[in-house]
Formats: sequence, structure tokens, C-alpha cells
Amino acid sequence: MKCDIVLAGVGGQGILTIAAILGKVAVAEKLHVKQSEIHGMSQRGGSVFAHLRLSSQPIFADQITLGTADMVVAMEPMEALRHRACLAPQGILITDQTPLVNIPDYPQESQIREELRAMPKTLLLDTTSLAKASGNPRNTNVVLLGAIANFLGLDAAILEKAIQQHFAPKGDTVVQAALQAFRLGKEAKSA
Amino acid sequence: MSTIRLLLGDEAYAQGAIDAGVSACYAYPGTPSTEIMEYFQASPLAAQRNIHRQWSCNEKAAMEEAIGASYMGKRAIACMKHVGLNACADGFMNAAITGANGGLLVTVADDPSMHSSQNEQDSRFYGKFAMIPVLEPSSQQEAYQMPAYAFPLSEELGTPVLVRLTTRLSHSRADVEVADTPLPQQPIRFHEDPRHYVLLPAIAKRNYQALLDKQEAFQKASQNSPFNTYTDGPDHSLGILACGIGYNYLQEAFAGACPHPVLKISQYPLPLPQLQTLLETCDKILVIEEGMPVVEESLRGPLGNDKIRGRMDGALPRTGELNTRAIQLACGLPAPQLLPEAQSLRQRPPRLCDGCPHADTYRALTEACQKVGDARIFGDIGCYTLGALPPYNAITSCVDMGASITLAKGAADAGMAHPVAVIGDSTFTHSGMTGLLDAIWEKSPVTVVILDNLTVGMTGGQESAALGKLEEIVAGMGVPREHIRVILPLPAKHQENEAIFEEELRHPGVSVIIARRECIQTLRRKVAKK
Repeated sequence: MKCDIVLAGVGGQGILTIAAILGKVAVAEKLHVKQSEIHGMSQRGGSVFAHLRLSSQPIFADQITLGTADMVVAMEPMEALRHRACLAPQGILITDQTPLVNIPDYPQESQIREELRAMPKTLLLDTTSLAKASGNPRNTNVVLLGAIANFLGLDAAILEKAIQQHFAPKGDTVVQAALQAFRLGKEAKSA
Repeated sequence: MSTIRLLLGDEAYAQGAIDAGVSACYAYPGTPSTEIMEYFQASPLAAQRNIHRQWSCNEKAAMEEAIGASYMGKRAIACMKHVGLNACADGFMNAAITGANGGLLVTVADDPSMHSSQNEQDSRFYGKFAMIPVLEPSSQQEAYQMPAYAFPLSEELGTPVLVRLTTRLSHSRADVEVADTPLPQQPIRFHEDPRHYVLLPAIAKRNYQALLDKQEAFQKASQNSPFNTYTDGPDHSLGILACGIGYNYLQEAFAGACPHPVLKISQYPLPLPQLQTLLETCDKILVIEEGMPVVEESLRGPLGNDKIRGRMDGALPRTGELNTRAIQLACGLPAPQLLPEAQSLRQRPPRLCDGCPHADTYRALTEACQKVGDARIFGDIGCYTLGALPPYNAITSCVDMGASITLAKGAADAGMAHPVAVIGDSTFTHSGMTGLLDAIWEKSPVTVVILDNLTVGMTGGQESAALGKLEEIVAGMGVPREHIRVILPLPAKHQENEAIFEEELRHPGVSVIIARRECIQTLRRKVAKK
């Protein structure tokens, strides 16, 4: 098993939660992990990204080599485009479709969609609606985790267990909503 | 017995130090080194062992406190980001002359690519400068293992050891095998000569000679180091010298099967026999190092040498972090064709958070400056450096910790009527206070705005040494009470705050305005905890 994932978004959106849950799963499954992130100045409102590498073989580099990622997963469509050079020719791009507009020159939404659809394999998801349907609008990142699960080569039950553990300190209602968000993301079709 | 844990490089190193019997950790927060101390503060074993784990006021204090603990025979580490080593270079350089007693690891996290820094200086230069051994882990696992190796090395050779981490190692998590049996801590043990650490000229000369005499032992240690390895390969058209995490990118590029001889370096000085073998048996040498071309420059020599390839001849990029693609290209390996940048892509720079108190301060301050005229705002290191960008366009400098006040004083000396310094609460106690004393001494017309958000905001909300003390500190230093003003930076107070700024800007002596409101991020975390 080997999966290289670039996670992207805007500071504060929760990409590191996805990375944290997958990292724990990997250790529990005795896989090797490298998960690289940048903290500091870019914490809030700016572009953020993390590289997550999982493999049954030892992993050398902390960063994914350009042009070789299996997946780019983004919480925001323009941030997905930012990392498209990381993707392998047959790699999958999974992104939320809702723009986060916090800069004056944000491009036309239609132009972003056009460029996203021109990629070989794009999954454009309405995670905002799916998160709402799960019972907790903050679950957009867990919806994405569900979408990732289809391509990971890991049993979904293992991921559900990790989600349960991750959200357990916040109570059963939060856990149930997160599990629902995960399942909705897993079944979601491209918008 | 051992356990597999998912740890950041910083955390792996901290756990390694705890497991190697460290007694004291000293640090000032700075990206990418902050998580070392944070790990100590969260570690149950560190608490159980009563390991020192409180932040210091600045790196100079941290360094000297660690040196003091080492003199008592205890194992100690001082941690900082690369530019922090500049702030404590005096103590660091002279600790190399006095030598260490208990194991002393000066731990510095460099930030190539300047993700969160003002420069990309390479701490290995400092190691060379001080003439002490330098360790540079290539993986999180080595970061964990190094303290258990380096503390005895430091004690046996009687020298501080510099441990150099880099951003991509510090801030990357990996599965790390951690021992379940931590080593005991050391008892107090003094140096037999009570004057050994007194650097009077006569003693300093003797100690300096002793340091020179130790160089051969440092060289032997590198030759025998388990972290330096020479691996031969069939293709001698190229030999590769890979330092620190540069080794990982090399392995990645060749999928673990490099056909060329490879000398992996994780301990300095460079081990000469291994280096000689590489140089003599290979036609060309590629030097892969994260940061500045420290090794490459020394191999190349002042007159240059076509045989040596690396960052200085364009084989690898001269600046910034390494990556696997750069190594692929340098080694003539096929690299994937890349998609061009998307057309609908825009920069999304970091910015002050919604509701940030600094934003309200900047709005009032810049308006007051416009009214007064001939004013210029000197900035400092923190989130508030973002005040240089729109919509604030407020500050005109950001150089080093504490420099806002001294730059403003220099501007006053040069004839500027209304220089303003903007400095955070923690940056002020780090190294703003001495500059303020200069301004008070000379009655400079400097207006100092202390942005008191009650925390060290940019590095993630650590405790600030200034907490609850600022008015008393500046009054005690000699700022007249009537020119110490405290404001609440909120939109509703805008008019009132602007008027206070204007009054104090017009005052022909030193004023200190403390803009006090809690960082919105630490406030949110507190509310979430409740």
C-alpha cells in the first residue's frame, strides 16, 4: 500500500484534522507515515497545505515529489488548483466547490471550475451541504475524509473507528454527526 | 522494549532528550523550534522527573541558563530558531571556550525558504565558528536517537554540541520507535577546578588552546559516528555527499537504490577518510545540503573547482529548501512533466485574523500619524508585521527582535520629528527594554506602542513573560506616569484611541502606549475549553 496526498485549504479550515486522523490510522495499521506541514505566519486566512504520505514500505522524503501525488484534496477550489503540479498524471483531485473569498482579486468561479474540470480526474463536492446534512456544518473536512476513503485502499471500518476516537472527547452527538459526514462523503458524487 | 509513536521531528527530539536523562530544557518560542518546549510542557515523564520546562525571556537567557545547568553536571538543552542563535551568540561562543560539564546540546531549528523568518542563515556556520561538533539528523527517528548519543559525546569531550534541525524535519510527523526505558538523570557534579569557567585572559587562553587540542577528538568522533555512513556504488562517474535531510531527498529520487557512492553526513566536522575516498574515487561530486552551501564552499575552495557540483554552480537551486525534483534534475534522472500554473490562481497571503486587536490599533495609529505629519512607524517581529500590508500599510521596517524601539530612536537622532515603535508584549521583554532605556536616557521623542495581546501570538499562544507587568516595568525604567497610557483597541474606542495617539505623538519625550486586548485566537481556545 502506498498513498501520497496533498491537503490544501485556507488557514483555519481544518485540513490538519484530516491529516491527524489519517496519521493515527496509519500508526494503528503499522504503516509508515510522513506528514509535513508549515506552521507559523500562515496560520490564519492565508493558503495552507500539508503533505501526507502513507506506505507499507519505509518512506524517505517528508515532501511529496512534484508530479507524483496520488491525490490532491482541498477544502477550497482555488487552493486545489494551487497544488495541481503535485499530482501524478492519473492522480485524483478532490475538492470542495465553495470559494472562500477573502482577497480582492479572487477569480471568476466559472474559470476555476473550468480549470478543475480540465484535470483528468476531478471530484467537485458540495461538502457544505453534506456537512449540514450530517447534523454539524463544521464537518466539511470529515466529508472530504469520506471521499478520500474510496481511494485509500484501507477498510472504511478502520477509518470510522479513528473518527470515533478523534471526536469522542466532544461527546456522542458530535461523534455521530462526524460518522454521518464520513458516510455522506464516501457516497458523494461530483457536483 | 519500544513503542511506535507518531511524532513531529521537534517532538521526537524532545522525547529523545527526556529518554536520555535531560534535567533542563530552556527555550524562547520561534518557528520551527517551538514544539520542542511545548512537548516538554505536555510530557507526563518530564513532569514526573521535574525537568525544567518554563519558557525563558529570550534566547540569551535560555542559552545561559542551560550553560549554568551544564556547569552543575546536569544534562541540559537550549532550543531556539536560527535567528535566536544570533541573540545568544556571545554565551554560545564562549561556552565553546569554557567547555561543558553535564551534556549540553544547543538545539537550533533553521528555516530555509524563510517560511516564517527574516533570513535563511545556516547554523552549521556557527558550529564551525565555535569549533564544536555539529549534529544534523536526517529523519525523525535520528532526531529521537541523537540526544542519547550526543549527551555522552558532549560529556566525554567536554564540549557543547550544536544540533541543527531544519523546518521540514521539525514540522513533519513520522512513525518513530521510542524506547520504553528512559535513562536516569545525572547527579550534581562540579568541575574540579573552581576557576575553570572564569574566562580571565590567562584562563581563556588556556581553555582556547584546549579547544584547539580537542579538534582531533572531534574529527575521530565524526569518523566513528553511527550517523555518518559511506555506501559504495558501481557508478563512480558521480559521488554524492548528502547532509541531513538532503539524504532523504536523494534516497527518494533513486527509490532507495542510488548507483553512485554516497557519503551521508549527520555529524561534523566532515569525516576526512570517508571524504577522501569519495573525492578520490569519483569523477564529479554532488553536494546536497539543506540551507547554505557550507560544505560545498569548503570543498570548492576559494578559486573554485569544476569537480564539485551543488548550489553554487546551479546544479541545485542556490536558495530555499531542497526537494526531490531538484535532486532528480541534478542527477540527470527523468523527472515528471509538470502542469503549468493554473490561470485562475491568485496569491492568498496571510493576514491579521478577523477581530484581531492589532488591526484596531493600526487603524487608530495610522490616522493619528497622518494628522501629526512627519511620522514613521517602525515595526517588529510578530503577527503585527502583517501591518506592512494593505489595508493598513502602517509599518516601514521589520529587522530583528526589539529593533522597532532602537530604529525609532535612531530615526529621532537623525532628525525625524515623530518616530513610532510598534512592538508586541513578548518581543518587548525579549529585547525591547534595553532600547527603551536608551530612549529614556536621551529623552528621545519616541512613541512606543506595546501591542499587549497577553500572549506570544505568532508562535501559537505561549505564555508571555510580560504578562501583568508592563506598566510597572516602563514606569520603573523612568517613563513618566502621565505618558504611560493604556488603551483598549476596539472599533468602538477608535476616536478616543486616535486622540490618545495624537497627544502622545506630539509629546516631545518618550511615551509608552499599551494597547491591551487578548489575542483572538487564545481567547477562542479558552472559550472552547470552557
